[in-house]
Amino acid sequence: MERKEIIRKLAEAIRRESEGLGRIRIMHLCGTHEDTVTRYNLRSLLPENVKLVSGPGCPVCITPDGDLQRVFHLLERKKVTLATFGDMARVPFEGKSLFYYKAKGYDVRMVYSVFDALEMAKKSEKPVVFFAIGFETTMPSTALAIMEGVEDFYVFSAHRFFVPAMEHLLSLGDVKIDGFINPGHVSTIVGVKAYEHIDFPQVIAGFEPEDVMLAILMLLRMIKNGERGVRNEYTRAVKYEGNVKAQEVMNAVFDREDWEWRGLGVVPKSGAKIRREFEDFDALKVFEDVFEDFVPKEDVKKKACRCGELLRGLIEPKDCPLFMKACTPKNPVGPCMVSVEGMCNIWARFGVRG
Amino acid sequence: MAGVVEMCIAIPGRVEKVEYPYAVVDFRGTKRKVRIDLLEDVKEGDYVLVHVGFAIQKVEKSEAENIAELLEKVFGV
Ligand code: SF4
Repeated sequence: MERKEIIRKLAEAIRRESEGLGRIRIMHLCGTHEDTVTRYNLRSLLPENVKLVSGPGCPVCITPDGDLQRVFHLLERKKVTLATFGDMARVPFEGKSLFYYKAKGYDVRMVYSVFDALEMAKKSEKPVVFFAIGFETTMPSTALAIMEGVEDFYVFSAHRFFVPAMEHLLSLGDVKIDGFINPGHVSTIVGVKAYEHIDFPQVIAGFEPEDVMLAILMLLRMIKNGERGVRNEYTRAVKYEGNVKAQEVMNAVFDREDWEWRGLGVVPKSGAKIRREFEDFDALKVFEDVFEDFVPKEDVKKKACRCGELLRGLIEPKDCPLFMKACTPKNPVGPCMVSVEGMCNIWARFGVRG
Repeated sequence: MAGVVEMCIAIPGRVEKVEYPYAVVDFRGTKRKVRIDLLEDVKEGDYVLVHVGFAIQKVEKSEAENIAELLEKVFGV
């Protein structure tokens, strides 16, 4: 079968399955899924009563301003090299971003991998601080780097465990959804088993349009049969146990604390705090004195940004009055427009306006 | 490839040469050196998903073959 034909058949099956189901809201949890959905215009293939909304699956987007402010605070007070992933460096706070600091002469470097930062630390006279973001997909790489025990290499961990956020979402009264499309890449690490305790219809999906459509179909069947728990559509990459080695490394280095997320508030057991055994590499511990006088502020420039509601699936980019007006990929106001995994950025790039 | 880094993105590639803890991985013609020490016994010819310079999981077959199998289950075609 041709791809188009396959997708058409899946759309047809979804339509049949959705009959008599009433209004169904399905949430996907990964920026890459939003990319697939928007790129192939999958929403247009769904029947009226099936709505696909986007959740908090964008690491840059959910990183709260407090973390960014702390990084700025550190950079202003200590002579360090600050390394981070490209998108994070463009998120503004009160109009300033890490790129702004770089332009002002601060030593800010964009890296592709944590190991680029580690190599810098081996050569540099200055301490290198890696501002680490990302979910379970990314955490094992940071953990491995920490375990190498390189002098003058420090991690500012803003990593967050994703699975607790799913449970937290379900506990928020305003998020009304009937099923989750679980994040494919997080799942390659945590495995199917990590979701079994969540008493809710879930399907782990891959990133081809066929994967997403099939996941929706599987979810509708689960909903119809009153089935809960998790099913795996992405069997070619996601195993029941996940990547055990990666889990071991990640859990050896990171503890789980109650940390704030943009849009979600404090999510219990989601914060990847560096364990005491590795505190010599924890920037928040090593430079602790710098943060004594730190007071987080609210960014008045971001007051109108609705990224928080977007990350809970309550609105779409078009519902934000700033979308494609005051806020564009060139001049982003909020992180959902900065990150290539943010829904505002994805809609902007593919020309979706409403 | 520095610059745009899609945090959640993981790209599948084929392992060409293993030099533990690294391997040269071919992404449809573009070759990169990636870390493979988050996985057990990676061999030449394996397909792996790579995220921020690390192979995070092996992919069993080509994406296409697997989707075909899944569809077979759903539609019996
Ligand atoms: S369009 Fe811009 S201002 Fe509006 S929610 Fe998205 S990121 Fe925030």
